[in-house]
Amino acid sequence: MEREKVIEVEGLVKKFGSFVANDHLTFDVFRGEIFGFLGANGAGKTTAIRILCGLSRPTSGKVTVAGINANHPEEIKKRIGYMSQRFSLYDDLTVKENIELYGGIYGMTMKEILPRTEDLLTRLSFSQYGDTLIRSLPLGLRQKLAFAVAVFHDPEIIFLDEPTSGVDPITRRQFWEMIYETAAHGITVFVTTHYMDEAEYCDRVTIMNEGRIVALDTPSALREKYSSSSIEELFVKIARPKTETA
Amino acid sequence: MAFVKKEFLHIFRDYRTLIILFALPAAQILIFGYAVRTDLTNASLAVLDNAHDEVSNELILKLDASEFFDIRYHLTSYDEIDPAFKKGQIKAAIIFPEDFAGRLTREGNAAVSIIADGSEANNANLVTGYTTAILNDYSAGLTKQLTSAMPVIVPEVKMYFNPNLESHFMFVPGVITLILILISALMTSVTIVREKEFGSMEVLLVSPLKPWQIIVGKVAPYFFLSLVNVIVILLLAWFVFGLPVKGSIALLIAECMLYILLGLSIGILISASVQKTENAMFISFLGLMLPTLLLSGFIFPIENMPKAYDYVSLVLPPRWFVEIIRSIMIKGAGFSYIWKETLILVVMTLFFMFLSAKKFKVRLGEGGK
Repeated sequence: MEREKVIEVEGLVKKFGSFVANDHLTFDVFRGEIFGFLGANGAGKTTAIRILCGLSRPTSGKVTVAGINANHPEEIKKRIGYMSQRFSLYDDLTVKENIELYGGIYGMTMKEILPRTEDLLTRLSFSQYGDTLIRSLPLGLRQKLAFAVAVFHDPEIIFLDEPTSGVDPITRRQFWEMIYETAAHGITVFVTTHYMDEAEYCDRVTIMNEGRIVALDTPSALREKYSSSSIEELFVKIARPKTETA
Repeated sequence: MAFVKKEFLHIFRDYRTLIILFALPAAQILIFGYAVRTDLTNASLAVLDNAHDEVSNELILKLDASEFFDIRYHLTSYDEIDPAFKKGQIKAAIIFPEDFAGRLTREGNAAVSIIADGSEANNANLVTGYTTAILNDYSAGLTKQLTSAMPVIVPEVKMYFNPNLESHFMFVPGVITLILILISALMTSVTIVREKEFGSMEVLLVSPLKPWQIIVGKVAPYFFLSLVNVIVILLLAWFVFGLPVKGSIALLIAECMLYILLGLSIGILISASVQKTENAMFISFLGLMLPTLLLSGFIFPIENMPKAYDYVSLVLPPRWFVEIIRSIMIKGAGFSYIWKETLILVVMTLFFMFLSAKKFKVRLGEGGK
C-alpha cells in the first residue's frame, strides 16, 4: 500500500555564500508519521527545518510541503504548526490569552477558539490554570501547553525543533505520549532532537552530518544495519568521526 | 486583531513600560516646567551700599520690589562678597560706590558695579541683563525729569508671541518631540528586538501572519499610546502652565501622527539591525534622545551653534518637528506656513520606511543562523 507523502524533498541545496548548509537532501515524509531529524549542532538540521517551514528559500532543489511548493511559503504556513525549544509561550500572558492569540494568528474566530480552549484545558487537566500567567507555571507544563497550542489549529504537519531541551525525564515521557496521540490523529510530526533515546521513539530517523543525510530508516533497521545496540552508539559511529576529522 | 490585543496586554502587564509611557511625560513636563527655567524669578542678590543716599536706596527698593530679584543680604564690606558667592547664596552682588547720588547730580553719571556668578553663565547673563534693565529704566526716568529738553530714544521692546518670555513656551514643544521619539522609536525597537531575543519572532514568522502584519501589530499600540501621550502633555501644558494651543489642534495632532510614524519607522529600522535589547536601547538613546535634546533647538538655539552643528541638525527630524510644533502652538501658524517642514518629515518618513522594509526583507530571506 502506497502511503501518502506530506513532505517531498528532492535534491535540496541551501548555500550561505560559499558555505553549503544543506547538500542535496532527498527524503519523503508520510502522513501520520513521526519523523526524527538527528544531527550534531551545525549539521544543517535547523537550516532544513527553516526551509520546510517557509522561513527560508532553498538555493536549488524541489521541496513540497503539504502538497505545496516551497516557493509559496504563505500557503505552507497555514497548514503547519511550529514549536521551538527557545520559546514556548508569552510568559506575561495567561494560558487562555496565549491560546486565544495563537488561534487568532491562524485565522480562527472566537467562536471556534472558545469551545476548543475548554476542550484542550480539560484534556490536559489544566482547567485550574486557565487564568494563570505562563510565567508562574513550571517549565514542564509550559512545554506541554506549548505543544498543545502549536497543534491547536489542526495543522497537517507539526514541526518540533528540539522541543524537550531542558525538560525533566518524566515530562519528556509525557511529552512523547502527546506526540504519539497527535500522530495517531493523522498529524505528521517532524521532530529534531539531540536526545538519542528519543530517536528510538520515532517511526523513522534521519541522521545528518555536515549538511548531508548519512542515514535514513526505521530505528530498528538502522541498528541492524550498523550492528549497534542503540541509536546513540550508531550516531557516534557514523556522525562523530567525520565531524572530528573535518 | 488578536495580535494587537496581545501587544496591549504585554504593555499593561509590564508596569515598567507603563511607567515609561505615562509617568515619564508627566515628570518631564513638571521637571522642565519648574526646575529647568530659563527665565528668572526671585534670584538672590547681595547689596553693598557704600553710599546710603536716597538714590541708592530707591534703586535697592526697586530691585527688591521686582519679581526677578530678592535682596537677601545687605553687606557692609567688600570682604563679604566672596564668601557669599562661594556659599552659593547669591546670584549677584550689586555695589553702589560712595557718594553715588552726589556724583550722579554733579557729573551726570555714576557707575554701579554688578558682580554676577559666572560659574552659571546662563543665569549670570540673565541677572546682569535684568539688573541693567531696571537701572536703565530708573535713569531714563531721571533723565526725563532733569533735562526734559534732551531727546531720549527709549526702545519699547515687545516679545511677539511670548510677551513675558516664558520658558514653558520653549520646552513644551521640546518635551512633545522628546517623548514621541522616545516612545515611538525606542519602545518599538525594544519590543520587536525582545521578540527576536525570546525566539517568539520565529514562531510568528512561521505563522500565516505576513511580516508586515507582524510589524503593524507590534507598532499599532505604540502609535495609539503616543497619541494619548500627546494629548496628556497638551492638557498638562494647558492646565498647569496655562499654555493653550493657538493654532489648529487638528493640524497639530496630524503633524504629531506624522512624527510618530517617522519615529516608528526608525524604531523598526533599529530593530531590524540589532539582535539584543540593550543594543536597541543604546542606539535609540544615543542616536535619538541626545540629538533631540541637544541639536533640535529645543534647549539650545540652533542659531548660536557653530555652522557645522547647524548642518548636522538639518538631517535630524526633531529639528523640523520642534519648529512645526512651535509654529502651531505658539504662533498659531496654519499649514501654509509649515508645509516645507512637513514635507521634509514626510520624505524622511518614507525614506526610513523604505529602508526598514528592505532591511526586514533581507533578514527574512536569509534569516537566522
